[in-house]
Amino acid sequence: MAAPTGTQSPTRARITARSLRTDRWWVYPSFTALVLLAFVVYATYRAFVGEHYFIEPYLTPLYSPCVTTECVEGSAHLGTWVGDWWPLSPAVLILIIPLSLRLTCYYYRKAYYRSFWMSPPACAVAEPHRRYTGETRFPLILQNIHRYALYLALAYNVLLTYDAVMSFKSPEGEWGHMGLGSLILVVNAVLLGLYSLSCHSCRHIIGGRLRSFSKHPVRYRAWGMVSVLNGRHAQLAWASLVWVAFTDFYIWMVASGTWSDPRFF
Amino acid sequence: MGYDLDMKVWRGDASGGELVDFTVEVEEGEVVLDALHRIQATQAGDLAVRWNCKAGKCGSCSTEINGKPRLACMTRLSTFEEGETVTVTPLRAFPVVRDLVTDVSYNYKVAEKVPPFAPEPRPADGAYRMQQVDVERGQEFRKCIECFLCQTVCHVIRDHEENKPSFAGPRFFLRYAELEMHPLDTNDRRELAREQAGIGLCNITKCCTEVCPEGIKITDNAIIPMKERVADRSYDPVTWLGRKIFRRDQLPDAQVPRTPGD
Ligand code: SF4
Ligand code: SF4
Ligand code: FES
Ligand code: FES
Repeated sequence: MAAPTGTQSPTRARITARSLRTDRWWVYPSFTALVLLAFVVYATYRAFVGEHYFIEPYLTPLYSPCVTTECVEGSAHLGTWVGDWWPLSPAVLILIIPLSLRLTCYYYRKAYYRSFWMSPPACAVAEPHRRYTGETRFPLILQNIHRYALYLALAYNVLLTYDAVMSFKSPEGEWGHMGLGSLILVVNAVLLGLYSLSCHSCRHIIGGRLRSFSKHPVRYRAWGMVSVLNGRHAQLAWASLVWVAFTDFYIWMVASGTWSDPRFF
Repeated sequence: MGYDLDMKVWRGDASGGELVDFTVEVEEGEVVLDALHRIQATQAGDLAVRWNCKAGKCGSCSTEINGKPRLACMTRLSTFEEGETVTVTPLRAFPVVRDLVTDVSYNYKVAEKVPPFAPEPRPADGAYRMQQVDVERGQEFRKCIECFLCQTVCHVIRDHEENKPSFAGPRFFLRYAELEMHPLDTNDRRELAREQAGIGLCNITKCCTEVCPEGIKITDNAIIPMKERVADRSYDPVTWLGRKIFRRDQLPDAQVPRTPGD
């Protein structure tokens, strides 16, 4: 057997326990893993089923923008320019963007490194891996281009905001409509927007990368605002994730006729 | 009002050791360090424990209490349930000297490798000037008391001894960040942060921030900003291209990595 490393290294205090923590340290990683798994299972199912994603005037965020010829009538706000070569559901094509943002997000990295990779499962609890190279090698070195995922996601948020605005048209195409679904879509766009703006890369680009704040007063103020949001990044990450699933579920239910959308005006 | 506290304290040295049971009389309002001192005074005169200020400011009394890296002088006994046994061990990332005392010299070796502050030449009147906003930015980092709790909890070295030579650790990423955010400093430490300090080994799981007794947001305010700066320099094709075209921020020669003893 190879020489012991980590807390079992020969020079360290000889304690065999992997951790001496007495609190319920496994709650956070288990809970995180459960919620993330639940979301992945739900989103995968919805992305592949290819139905009940659109009912005038609501398009679920999982299928927006819908750009292949397979999209049901009226759902392709940007046109079906991708054509018919895409073999899978149109959602899969577009979900790559939010997925790449969340996969490389500094917060989700913490969440899944702890929950799924157990590296480490919790603080001062030994990880099970013998070797560890962090984010220095392929593929994890790609985490370094998180900012590009952010740029794409910001453009994507514009489209989701557009969808939210369009939900104020009635099914007949008249402005001045508002249903519960419109409200849900607005909240969805706001939460996703705040999640992206609170991003650590965004904070860096806005002003964090400067050496001197005093020479750039405008960027300094913007940095201050993004920093406030950034302090809530983890909460926004969860809130926006849960809300996307809820929005999709709501539209699914309306589109499938399971319940009808209450109309405010 | 006094009561009896059950404790397990690790005793031994590099050749071996074990958790030893003690029951010690303590008073309400006391901290773990008080209990250790009472054991030392009444039951085990040769118990080795390091401390200095008993005010959470010197960073000497770092130990692991019920498995969590903490300052013994700032951990109130009232944090524990009645009847709970309090287990105290030395820091588990560093070589043990004796009982609760570890050899933290790894940290001093890392400290030597951080290129020092290199201010630009003084202006004609000889006075450096800094605006308040720029002064404030580094203030958080200067609260560090060098207790090395963040270093001991960091799984990169705690769980992987072999990473020590190539990893500076959270306390020193603070130092890198502080200098990189200093408007008068002229060094560019981004390449060093990647190459020599191994910032890529950190997977931002935030344990350093969780244990810091000074409440420094090590990950959010120092490590992630440094990772982003390293990305600017080494991974972002657009900033890379910009650098090639405008030939800006080339690393000056003075920044060849220093090794201890240079
Ligand atoms: S966030 Fe990075 S430096 Fe801090 S404890 Fe985790 S791996 Fe270590
Ligand atoms: S950053 Fe915090 S935990 Fe780390 S050495 Fe400084 S005070 Fe201690
Ligand atoms: S989206 Fe989370 S850090 Fe960028
Ligand atoms: S004795 Fe100084 S920090 Fe505890």
